[in-house]
Amino acid sequence: MKISARDVEHVARLARLDLSAAEKERMGRELDGILTYIDKLRALDTTGVEPTSHAVPVTNVMRDDVPSPSLPQAETLANAPDRQGDLFRVPKIIED
Amino acid sequence: MLAPLTAHELGARYRSGVATPTEAVTEYLARIEGLDRHVHAFLTVTRDDALREAALADARFKAGTPRGPLDGVPVALKDVFCTRGVRTTCGSRILDDFVPPYDATVVTRLRAAGAVLLGKLNMDEFAMGSSTEHSAFFTTRNPWDLARVPGGSSGGAAAVVAADLAALSLGTDTGGSIRQPAAFCGVLGMKPTYGRVSRYGLIAFASSLDQVGPLAKDVEDAALMLEAIAGADPMDSTAVDVPVPDYRAALGQGIEGMRIGVPAEYFMDGMDPEVERAVREAIASLEKLGARTEPVSLPHTGYGLAAYYVIAPAEASSNLARYDGVKYGLRAAGARDLIDMYSKTRAAGFGNEVKRRVMLGTYVLSAGYHDAYYGQAQKVRTLVRRDFEQAFARVDLLVAPTTPGVAFKLGEKEDPLQMYLNDIFTIPVNLAGLPGVSIPGGFTQAGLPIGLQLIGRAFDEATLLRAAHAYQQATAWHTRKPPLDGATAERAPR
Repeated sequence: MKISARDVEHVARLARLDLSAAEKERMGRELDGILTYIDKLRALDTTGVEPTSHAVPVTNVMRDDVPSPSLPQAETLANAPDRQGDLFRVPKIIED
Repeated sequence: MLAPLTAHELGARYRSGVATPTEAVTEYLARIEGLDRHVHAFLTVTRDDALREAALADARFKAGTPRGPLDGVPVALKDVFCTRGVRTTCGSRILDDFVPPYDATVVTRLRAAGAVLLGKLNMDEFAMGSSTEHSAFFTTRNPWDLARVPGGSSGGAAAVVAADLAALSLGTDTGGSIRQPAAFCGVLGMKPTYGRVSRYGLIAFASSLDQVGPLAKDVEDAALMLEAIAGADPMDSTAVDVPVPDYRAALGQGIEGMRIGVPAEYFMDGMDPEVERAVREAIASLEKLGARTEPVSLPHTGYGLAAYYVIAPAEASSNLARYDGVKYGLRAAGARDLIDMYSKTRAAGFGNEVKRRVMLGTYVLSAGYHDAYYGQAQKVRTLVRRDFEQAFARVDLLVAPTTPGVAFKLGEKEDPLQMYLNDIFTIPVNLAGLPGVSIPGGFTQAGLPIGLQLIGRAFDEATLLRAAHAYQQATAWHTRKPPLDGATAERAPR
């Protein structure tokens, strides 16, 4: 196995995914198959090869700093699942 | 009947006064009403807005002041593009009721060109899939055989063009998501060079790979659409500031003397022999038109898929972190605290394939695995890119199959890896950032479309379109229509 039940648990926590026990079991199996396939990358010797993060090289793109209107507050808040006045409302963050 | 016409044919009728945008839009809306209960391509139909926009276009033609070749042309868009005031789901429950407050740049440009939006189209959730079976809402059917998938992730976009439910469409292609469904549905699908078209307002999947492109009934229409949407954008610094040529002007120049490479690695064991035969015949046709073909090698092709399934999920896991139930989209009820709210919201809002890719991406980026997976995949990406550079030192473009097989049946590919293998011939093009187009290249004995893929140099879409146009002039595959209006539609199961 390339990925253990503990790994699945850990990664689900990092990814903020509340998976059921059945989902974790299936996820472990499927990820194992995919990672086994991906392992063929290790067979390639890439010594001295530069990584590619973007296919088309783009360096800093500069423009003049011209102020322009942003989205109005009402439109920005229109899709909020929960709000209080002009603020996004979220569950408690800091422990008592 | 206006719906079977191409966009450029429709535009010619508007200009000569024998048809109006309102007539075309009305006909399309009636067709959607009658046929989409079999095809299941539309997530949202914007009937009232479409009729209002069409009336405005009517007035412009009447006044002799049309905006250009796309004025009054009915289009439908993959539901990955933000449309101001029109629900945009990205095929996901987590965006079920999301109404964007702004338009994507490509939408702004289409509106400015006068195009009329008919609605938003089904797709695999967050563009992750090759069949639309990963849509959170329903599966779109292939108009050529309603028991088969249309391909994906832009399956709705390919299906509406094939079924004459829109004149033109836009999709996105991260690993083949325009070209593969175009191949499966017998239409043209083009992924432009990375950086050719702005990604602003496109719901992100893998930002170094995503690119917007047309799905069209023929090459002229694709050229019109690309010209309308391409070019630099202050809202997307990766949209490169290189001139956008007059793509239609390049058509009709023929391909006499053009050098076309045939990559050996794209004809592999296990591919559908009917696909191979059709592509070999297409190569012979290109030779007859004056092109000089020669074998080339892209030796790292076999590693492209593996590199992609590290890079794309890694980028996706980062991009999809924004779905946290705070600013928009779904929020799960009954959370103990903020972290619990995030985890419950994402578990409830994402489907299986999205969860799988977020998990895979998080894993390959996590401490201890980053160099072995992500770092190595980025180096392999360089090797894939160099393969193409070496080939393009000798040839002007490459010709290959779009997919190893034709449209498969719903439910046929349950194993994720089997589904991923569908994109083995399209993914390397995304890794290298090159333009690629799939055009109709034949049919199987059973009457299913076969896609022919052309791959070009970066920012040389003009040569691709020119070659595609020459092939289209010499063949009639692109004029075939699926047998939708007859009994097939009536037998369709939901």
